[in-house]
Amino acid sequence: MGRKLLLEHIDVPGINTFDVYRQQGGYRAVEKALKTMSPEDVVEEVKKSGLRGRGGAGFPTGMKWGFLAKPEGVARYLVCNGDESEPGTFKDRYLMTHIPHALIEGMIVSSFALGANTSYIYIRGEMMPQIRIVEKAIAEAKAAGFLGKNILGTGYDLEIYVQPGGGAYICGEETALLESLEGKRGNPRIKPPFPAIAGLYGCPTVVNNVESIAATVPIINDGGEEYAKIGIERSTGTKLISASGNIVRPGVYEIDLGLPVEEFIYSDEYCGGIANGKKLKALVPGGSSVPILPANLVSKTINGNARLMTYESLADGGFATGSSMGSGGFIVFDEDQCIVRNTWNFARFYHHESCGQCSPCREGTGWMEKILHKIEIGRGSIEDIDLLWDVQRRIEGNTICPLGDAAAWPVAAAIRHFRDEFEWHITHPKEALSRNYGLARYADPIAPVVQ
Amino acid sequence: MLNVKENHPIEFSAELLTKFAEIASRYPQGKEKSALLPLLHLVQAEYGWLRTEAMDKVAHFLQIEPIEVYEVATFYTMYFLRPQGKYNLEVCRTGPCCLVGAERIMQYIENTLGIKEGEVTQDGLFSWRGVECLAACGYGPVLQIGPDYTFYENLTEQSVAQLIETLKNKAQTEA
Ligand SMILES: Cc1cc2nc3c(=O)[nH]c(=O)nc-3n(C[C@H](O)[C@H](O)[C@H](O)COP(=O)(O)O)c2cc1C
Ligand code: SF4
Ligand code: FES
Repeated sequence: MGRKLLLEHIDVPGINTFDVYRQQGGYRAVEKALKTMSPEDVVEEVKKSGLRGRGGAGFPTGMKWGFLAKPEGVARYLVCNGDESEPGTFKDRYLMTHIPHALIEGMIVSSFALGANTSYIYIRGEMMPQIRIVEKAIAEAKAAGFLGKNILGTGYDLEIYVQPGGGAYICGEETALLESLEGKRGNPRIKPPFPAIAGLYGCPTVVNNVESIAATVPIINDGGEEYAKIGIERSTGTKLISASGNIVRPGVYEIDLGLPVEEFIYSDEYCGGIANGKKLKALVPGGSSVPILPANLVSKTINGNARLMTYESLADGGFATGSSMGSGGFIVFDEDQCIVRNTWNFARFYHHESCGQCSPCREGTGWMEKILHKIEIGRGSIEDIDLLWDVQRRIEGNTICPLGDAAAWPVAAAIRHFRDEFEWHITHPKEALSRNYGLARYADPIAPVVQ
Repeated sequence: MLNVKENHPIEFSAELLTKFAEIASRYPQGKEKSALLPLLHLVQAEYGWLRTEAMDKVAHFLQIEPIEVYEVATFYTMYFLRPQGKYNLEVCRTGPCCLVGAERIMQYIENTLGIKEGEVTQDGLFSWRGVECLAACGYGPVLQIGPDYTFYENLTEQSVAQLIETLKNKAQTEA
């Protein structure tokens, strides 16, 4: 087991308070950054760490910070993305609930690096209890002189405010989030311009996930190079994984990137295996938007390599036989789960959450939901599977924001890997209503379906 | 007794207006419209839902057009445009929670309260609906109850039955 960087002190009683967090070495990164480093030095350390955005896209954080425009006399903003609505993901909520000062400390360090004097933490409105916790942490940090005017006598000023959302998955998309923060509907903006040039109120803005921001604390404390020693290849450091579904021990785990997926599922230190002694049927490793993997592609990739918890290994095999790290929402399906029903559920989710600006997404998600429902209740035809395939292909790449792709990919992967189960629903309509298909009939990795 | 405050004129209390002003001060001058979502949450917590008249007053406070408020109130799922039960049970209905029995819990709530999704019980006490992933998938099935968004995890039919009883008793002692 590796050293924990984010959750090291999670079990210390009272760690959610400023005093206990400080006793455990908290806010050292703020002292170090503000007193001994320049903003450029901080950006440099984050670049060296190799940290990649933990919100889903995995874009290198240091590089993103480097793109921030710095026109004279124009305010710059850091906006923390605490919208956390990707099905299967609950790590940011966990972090904010139990160790809110890790986020505040990271916010101060990151705001300093970007030259922001006002920063916002956008938290989904349903997390009202977490909003209160984070607001309390801000007040405590301010009372201790870590926020406000002239922090620690360094001349740096910073205010942090929490902004509640209103219940909309799309507001996790960074430009929709900025619209929402400006008091509008969460309609994603057409890019370019990118937020780094014209973001909040038209000013240069960086949007980062809660976990990415918290990760800057150990990076500043120990140095970017130390952080980069953990992990494999371009997957450096530790990652919070939200584990749910049919496992013995669901919850949030901090892992060193590079851990074998099999070990994560079966080790008692993590998920503890499949619940009720059942067999593994499938896995969604990175939140509902990433392709589902059938059991035969979970432990090994199509190339015969061990499947590891890294950005590269999870994607090994491309879209045909791989998946993606995404947000780290690790959803485990046992042999009793119905892939058609779950795919329909996810399609319904995306249809409900589509903002409606682009026809392929607005209409396509609706069609996918309808067709999947028809198949699920035993009224589908074999042609419907092809129709479904066709609809998802017409969404991908034809929309303003990636929600359209996110809706299409899970459907494509489900058909690709579980076509026999879809067909069985159609050929056995009565049975499909009363029982599940069970384990898919695969023994060896399936040859990729020709696109 | 669907909503006692329904027919009263809307008059924001001095306390509420102070809170409004504090929130509006979090944004740069001229960007006070940013306060819209937090303000609507406060109004809904006070009145249970968003009446047109209340939204108009928020528009007036922020010096924006009423339509700008309606646009937002109709886009986001947390804002109610009609009265809900005193206790509105919001159950997560998304994939991961369904893997661990969310659909059974919704069915149980429907049967126990005798109302369909979106309806309110005769006594005005309860309503319920399915909502999307609440970022608690490892603790499913889950439900939340506003306006504080109190959270209930690892639900079973028994724990839901108990919760409904507790809420009934609570309402009675408060009445
Ligand atoms: C539909 C959609 C939903 C998203 N939801 C979230 C979210 O809830 N939290 C998050 O941090 N990023 C989310 N993202 C990614 C953000 O757009 C953005 O890439 C991220 O916040 C950047 O932070 P990072 O670089 O630190 O990962 C979402 C993207 C899309 C397209
Ligand atoms: S892809 Fe969908 S969610 Fe994204 S902007 Fe277009 S309609 Fe809206
Ligand atoms: S699926 Fe229910 S909380 Fe995420």
